[in-house]
Amino acid sequence: MSTRLSTLGLVVAALVLALVPALKLPAFYESFLYLVFFWISLATSWNILSGYAGYFSFGHAAFFGAGVYTTATLTTAFNVPFLLSLPAAGLVAALLGSVIAAVVFRVRGVRGELFGLLTLAVTFVLSTIALNTRLDGGPGVFLAAVPVPTLLGAPATTLYHLALAVAFLAMFAALAIYRSRWGMGLFAIRDDEDVAEVLGVPTYRYKLVAFALSCFIAGLIGGIHAMFVTYVTVAEIFAVGLAVDAIMMAALGGTRFWYGPALGAVIITTLTQSLTGGESAVLNRALIGAVLIAVIVFLPNGVAGGLQRRFRRAAHASVSIVAAIEAPPSPAREASAPLLGCVDVKKAFRGLQALAGVTLEVRAGEILGLIGPNGSGKSTLINVVSGYYRVDGGRIVLDGRDIARVRAHRIAGLGLARTYQIPRSFHRLSVLDNVALAAMFGGDHGRAAGRSLARSWLAFTGLEARADALPGELNLLERKFLDLARALASEPRLVLLDEVLSGLTPAQMTDALRLVRRIRDRGTTVVFVEHIMRAVLDLADRVVVLSGGQVIAEGLPRQVMRDPDVVRAYLGKAYA
Amino acid sequence: MLAGLFTGGLYALLGLGLSLTWGLLRVINLANFALAFLGAYLTYQLATALGLDPMLTLVVIVPAFFLVGIVLEEGFLRLRIDELTSLIVTFGLTVILESLIQWIWTADFRRLESPYARVSLRLGPLFVGLGGLLAFVAAALLTLATWAWLRWSYLGKAARASAQDGPMAGAFGVNRRRLALLLAGLSSAYAAVAGLFIALNHTLAPSQIYSWIGVVFAAVIIGRLGNALGLLAASVFIAASEALTMAVTAPGWAPLVSFTLLIVILLLRPEL
Repeated sequence: MSTRLSTLGLVVAALVLALVPALKLPAFYESFLYLVFFWISLATSWNILSGYAGYFSFGHAAFFGAGVYTTATLTTAFNVPFLLSLPAAGLVAALLGSVIAAVVFRVRGVRGELFGLLTLAVTFVLSTIALNTRLDGGPGVFLAAVPVPTLLGAPATTLYHLALAVAFLAMFAALAIYRSRWGMGLFAIRDDEDVAEVLGVPTYRYKLVAFALSCFIAGLIGGIHAMFVTYVTVAEIFAVGLAVDAIMMAALGGTRFWYGPALGAVIITTLTQSLTGGESAVLNRALIGAVLIAVIVFLPNGVAGGLQRRFRRAAHASVSIVAAIEAPPSPAREASAPLLGCVDVKKAFRGLQALAGVTLEVRAGEILGLIGPNGSGKSTLINVVSGYYRVDGGRIVLDGRDIARVRAHRIAGLGLARTYQIPRSFHRLSVLDNVALAAMFGGDHGRAAGRSLARSWLAFTGLEARADALPGELNLLERKFLDLARALASEPRLVLLDEVLSGLTPAQMTDALRLVRRIRDRGTTVVFVEHIMRAVLDLADRVVVLSGGQVIAEGLPRQVMRDPDVVRAYLGKAYA
Repeated sequence: MLAGLFTGGLYALLGLGLSLTWGLLRVINLANFALAFLGAYLTYQLATALGLDPMLTLVVIVPAFFLVGIVLEEGFLRLRIDELTSLIVTFGLTVILESLIQWIWTADFRRLESPYARVSLRLGPLFVGLGGLLAFVAAALLTLATWAWLRWSYLGKAARASAQDGPMAGAFGVNRRRLALLLAGLSSAYAAVAGLFIALNHTLAPSQIYSWIGVVFAAVIIGRLGNALGLLAASVFIAASEALTMAVTAPGWAPLVSFTLLIVILLLRPEL
């Protein structure tokens, strides 16, 4: 489904639903639909951060509650009109979320379940504050006396329309993000945040804005809901169960899809509403628990994932890939000026001095081999240069700019890309999207341009037939080439290859060597770390030898291999 | 303060199973709390209907729960469930168990009348409830025993090795499946013990399942995953600071302490 078609569908659905109150159906239907909108808003807003980027928040009730109590306090204690309190409700929640995100997202280790627990704790802290201050104070807040304006009918109808508007807003935002660079970046964060950052995704900013938006929508629907229930208590509003219900709906529908949470919200709300009443209410909850378990275990991508899989399988046969053979053109450049310079670079891990003052230079247009025994600091150097580790001392200059303390995604933007010793792909994105992501963030392209560039890079690396596969389905060589295609797609001026050849068969190695040479022929400077001396001799213009975190030799390959220090420290016998 | 110590004992009992399965099996078992309450209700039922001494009910309930834990872990292993999924699945289990409890025992409050609740001991100038004291003693004994077992026994070392690098431990001859089942069974049995003391010292209602989740999670994380001794220390520390907050300000502020602590510790030392 194209973006325009989806948007059109959303608008039509919203307009039709807006007309429902005019039918004068029994009040039950209107309040049922209100609840559907309510849960669509909560589940979809939760999904914008937690589903897309994989930061599971158990604290959605906290931001929802912030909205509820903002409206409750403003309308009762300060006599602010209800409608005016709503933007405030959203903003207070968004502000709260931003402050929390600004602190939390700076700590690299708080991911996955730890982030979940942290947000859970935020819920309890906020509820304690509300309970013990004049926000609530214990007995709860009554809003029955607050007037609700009549826009298109009775006050209840106003609430209906407001909730519909928020649900529409939430779904529209989810769709827009899903189709944008931003959404692609969030998906990459979910699969491998470090790699995403190195490919140029501004992870911190993306997560922060997604969180703020998610909280804003939760706060907005909270403000409306305060008026819907007319009596709010801390125990009912700051309920962890509310966050979990939203999570459950999103998981049921499919967290990887913009419409997944809405689908889940409709299913669950309908289930609970149709089964409520009397004795069965208890068993009904048990049934929901069972449904939740069954879905998580048997449909890991949710109902939407299941639907799409059937749809895809049918569509797949008719699609054929027309691959471009030519690699995209690359800007011409002058030869042998220094592109990257490291001056006295130091990095220690606790007591271990991995880099003890490394000074080296990479010239534009060359292939530089970086060799040395295990533990000599080769990979650490790559990690430091690409911005994954922060240096302890020294300067790293890329094209005249000191990048020693620059965040990884900015270094990527300056034209640096890398591969990993053990290939790291975004395992939930297709091979094509893995590469498209790099093109979008490295070359500043939109989604469509990124994809078409990605196809030509796949052709360049011989992977075009696997464009729609998931990385998990590739063999080792293909995954290494995927890593490479991804690095190249970001249009780097300098690419760092970490043991691209290890583990390959001799025939595969010949292919890989040819590929590396073609990369250089396009004008990209190459630094490669390698243990296979045949490849080093064959490929490198110059060689730098690291040992114990220091440069012990550099020069032409054949010269360096005969250097007595190098032979003693690394080779054991003279090559060449 | 002493009351804080005793509450800490209960936190530690509830947290022990959680800490073991999370730290050593990578399963975040939210259902641990529901299981503890199921244990509490079973104790209540056996003690009131059959007139058994509450302590004696453990003879039946602990082995039964050990089996339940094994069955659950078997399911988790078969379905290859990861940490996040385990959290959601066990939440589903919690909801099912809650409904089950509510269906059998209704949503009304239940209170077990037992001699343990009524007897108080005199320790110098202080009166100490027997139930609370026993809970603390049980918590201290179980955490110490678990800690020593993990630290020194062959099985304990094997369990810790498996948690760090499962396939490698397997390559060195550790039967990981049986070890996982044993640990899960133990964790579930601990929930049964926690249930006994919940029944002895607290009023039971199905909704109470959720009341300790936050505090116990805080204790488990602050004490470090899989570290029984750390858990005990953290539980007592949290309970004591809660008691202190209650004494100094209004009782309502108590949760603020543990959760703020949890947030600060997560931010300062996120690596588990």
